[in-house]
Amino acid sequence: MSRWDIKYSPYVLVAPFFILFGIFGLFPILYTAYTSLFRWTLLDGGNHQFVGLANYQRVLTDDRFWNAVFNTVGMFILATVPQLLLALVIANLLNRRLRARTVLRMGILIPNITSVLAVGIVFGLIFADRYGLINWLLDLVGLPTIEWRQHRWSAWLAVATMVDWRWTGYNALIYLAAMQAIPRDLYESAAIDGATRWRQFWGITVPLIRPTIIFTVIISTIGAMQLFTEPYMFSYGQSRGGIGNEVQTIAMLIYQTTFERTFNVGLGSAMSWLLFLFIMIFALINFLLIRRSVRGES
Amino acid sequence: MTTVSMTRPASAGPGSPQRSRRRLPGARLWEASPLTYLALIMAIVLSIFPIIWSFIIASRKSDAIYEYPPRFGDLLGTNLSNALNNDDAAFVLGLANSLIVSTVVTISVVFFSSLSGFAFAKLRFRGRNALLLITILTMMVPTQLGIIPLYLLMRELGWVGEIQAVIVPFLVSGFGVFMMRQYASSAVPDELIEAARVDGCSTWRIYWSVILPALRPAISVLGVLTFMQTWNEFLWPFIVLNADTPTVQVSLRILAAGYYNTDYAQVFAGTIIATVPLLIVFFIFGKQIIGGIMEGSVKA
Repeated sequence: MSRWDIKYSPYVLVAPFFILFGIFGLFPILYTAYTSLFRWTLLDGGNHQFVGLANYQRVLTDDRFWNAVFNTVGMFILATVPQLLLALVIANLLNRRLRARTVLRMGILIPNITSVLAVGIVFGLIFADRYGLINWLLDLVGLPTIEWRQHRWSAWLAVATMVDWRWTGYNALIYLAAMQAIPRDLYESAAIDGATRWRQFWGITVPLIRPTIIFTVIISTIGAMQLFTEPYMFSYGQSRGGIGNEVQTIAMLIYQTTFERTFNVGLGSAMSWLLFLFIMIFALINFLLIRRSVRGES
Repeated sequence: MTTVSMTRPASAGPGSPQRSRRRLPGARLWEASPLTYLALIMAIVLSIFPIIWSFIIASRKSDAIYEYPPRFGDLLGTNLSNALNNDDAAFVLGLANSLIVSTVVTISVVFFSSLSGFAFAKLRFRGRNALLLITILTMMVPTQLGIIPLYLLMRELGWVGEIQAVIVPFLVSGFGVFMMRQYASSAVPDELIEAARVDGCSTWRIYWSVILPALRPAISVLGVLTFMQTWNEFLWPFIVLNADTPTVQVSLRILAAGYYNTDYAQVFAGTIIATVPLLIVFFIFGKQIIGGIMEGSVKA
């Protein structure tokens, strides 16, 4: 019994994970590649027709797809750059001798634990086109009000604000953890050499937490490529993402194609697979970075 | 994991006494000035404001929505009960379903993750490194991209509109396995396992009496994170469930779709119903959650 136990028990212990992941994680992704090769809708009664790469051809020549790519990447940049810079600043503030440390950290993290859908609804009203809170504030200080959903830039800005509200504090805590691992002596010797705090921040802190910064950039990228709920609720629950598709992301287009309009599984699958390949490239980079940083430690 | 992260900031922490007494210019870096507090408090106000805002809107009449500056009203109870009693949204059912779904998923993820994490951290077997590598890679795979075939699969199984459709696909988590593996590696000494083996303990017995108790701090962090994530899940439940078997997020979506233009206050009461359980969990486990996020990031 004991020999069997030592030899085979490990496999028994890890098996549930691999079996369940195989069925509900791996299989669907592979099956997406299969369905993408067919003319296949949810309404065709099982009558699917093999069409080769025709769906991919259609997607790649479809303006709506490139519009969605443009929106997804655009909102990613608009959200991520200020988000990570602000997170660095907040982390630097938190990395001091503070009273009520846990309370402050919890306050920073609160947006991250709220319901995304609820937040989408709340921000939809804060950024309401006519009588929203932001417009009231703009009016109060004598600035012209903005019809947020009427322009691409303003709609992007509103969605990016939602994303940033949710993720800045989370990233700040990740940076804080990295900053705490930096030896204090480095700052002391830099201070003796006359480096200002500003110089110390950019000369010591930022370079030393670079692997963490890269890590958050890639995690943010993977998340942003799948952005759905925030822009969806910002357009009042319409998957077209505004009258001119101003905030329609790739995920929203996949949803609209597959579960609304023509219920086109084949086309939606082709889009998913293209998006998946796109994300895989980032994931691979991510993995290589993690491996390198782990090796660097030991 | 939590214990480590909770003690580390204190021990390596800013301004240990000798350092500040030496009065080097660099030591001042670690002092928090009033400006530091001011900036942090501003950030926190911005973080909390939208939540307070939803309470304000939910406490007033719907047609008071355009009145500025916004003040608290006295209709919070009325609007909450309107939302809870709304037959289309079925919030009570949604809350109950979400509680069931989140609890089952959490227990399952914690159990299977601790099993696999134990094996990867403490047992020797052929193919271990390759399997661990695959586990890490699964963390990078966005499940959202498998949603179409997953839906086809649920149709085949006859699970569309059934609550198990939002439970079964999420019973395991690569992140959970990796987290447990990392924690078990550092928290359980090999000697302890050797000693148990010498005493004739089976692998299962070692898991149950040695590993599981040692993993408890990590289990609570993983459990809370999984619970909150499952509670917040929107896209997949929205696709595969319907108004007869909603989770709380689906209820909120139904409410928002039907009443956004007619009864804002009720919709905002709905956002509160969807958020408050998370806030309660957060206030109880906030410290562990923060520890988990910070420690996890360093390990990853």
